[in-house]
Amino acid sequence: MSDSPSPVDPRAEAFYAHVGSGGKVEADHWMPDDYRAAILKFVEMHANSELMGVLPEREWILRAPTLQRKLSLTSKVQDEAGHAQLLYRVAEDLGKSREQMLQDLLAGKTKFHNVFHYPTRSWGDVGIIAWLVDAAAIVSQQALRDCSYAPYARTMKKICWEESVHIMHGRDVVLTLMNGTERQRALVQDALDRWWGPLMQMHGPPTDPARDRDLIWRIKSKGNEQLRQEFLSIYVPRITELGLRIPDPGLRYDEAAERWIYTEPDWDELRWVVSGHGPMSQQRLEFRRLHRAETQWVRDAVLGPVGAAA
Amino acid sequence: MADHGLPLDRVWEVFRQEAQGDPMVHGGSVRAPDAELATHYAREFFGRRQESERLWVIPRDAILELDDPDLLKPPFDRSFKRPGGYVLKHKLEAARGRAGTPPARGSDEGVE
Repeated sequence: MSDSPSPVDPRAEAFYAHVGSGGKVEADHWMPDDYRAAILKFVEMHANSELMGVLPEREWILRAPTLQRKLSLTSKVQDEAGHAQLLYRVAEDLGKSREQMLQDLLAGKTKFHNVFHYPTRSWGDVGIIAWLVDAAAIVSQQALRDCSYAPYARTMKKICWEESVHIMHGRDVVLTLMNGTERQRALVQDALDRWWGPLMQMHGPPTDPARDRDLIWRIKSKGNEQLRQEFLSIYVPRITELGLRIPDPGLRYDEAAERWIYTEPDWDELRWVVSGHGPMSQQRLEFRRLHRAETQWVRDAVLGPVGAAA
Repeated sequence: MADHGLPLDRVWEVFRQEAQGDPMVHGGSVRAPDAELATHYAREFFGRRQESERLWVIPRDAILELDDPDLLKPPFDRSFKRPGGYVLKHKLEAARGRAGTPPARGSDEGVE
């Protein structure tokens, strides 16, 4: 991520000039191996995150407080699983099979987003995740609609549209709790207190735009810090207007610098968590392994003996 | 396309029509071993919110593609194939001047 491209091949040079000036790339276009590897890693991590991201919320489907909430939550879980399917398809066309991607995920060789490594302790968490985790995600996903790799950009348009429904669902859950009893409000505050750290880490540490390959190649169009600033600008006022307290005494908007000042997120925790050491990392991966083994008979039945060998 | 080691599994491209009368627009692709399952997947991924009037599900290898710029974007002047390739304004003014007539209603629309 830190190395600047140093094209030697004239074909690669022409390719990087093309993407650098806003040009688009399709699946069957020639592309340098560096670019293919970078976009594959990016999309694969995104697909993994969608697939693992359903697990924290899945735990609450049977405990949803009303039938309406249960329908919404089930639908959201279905959406995220569908996003994983769409994204694995995009990644597959870059040359890595879905089977291999699932194997690597289950073996802990590839990563998924930090926020899906934490437990969901109450219904308040369900609201905070659907509202704020999805909001932080959509800030970066909207910027991916301009991705130089066109099949990914097109898929992001569809995904962003569906995520906007999730945010409304989450905000509705939070607002209902905030208009409820003292105990319900305390539930939301407690969830926010626990999720704020992971939320601030979610976009990653600031990078040097001159050395961030994903930016230079226009895989993403905005840097990590810019995304975090956008998230804070939109959501800090929306959180505090409900009477919620953001658990960062250092958080304030610097009018002169036109940016948010905040306590430095714990980047060591981010690195430790995404490398499989989060409080729920192994338990969730184990659940996936178990589920994959239990559903093997379906793949055998549909794909026949060839699929069974995969 | 890449062989995923599963000869029974194919890629299907999905096109969707958002509203009656709209064009069919590419939505994405699904992977399935047969047409029936491909149609089910297409319905789940591109129609579960009632966002599609119609879906087309087509095996990727059945699509004929043409993207040769020599054929599609030839470097010759093709302006005679477009309305903007005809510059009439001054000729029209000259003709009116010769005939001594005012501009007819609507006559200047689209004239460059």
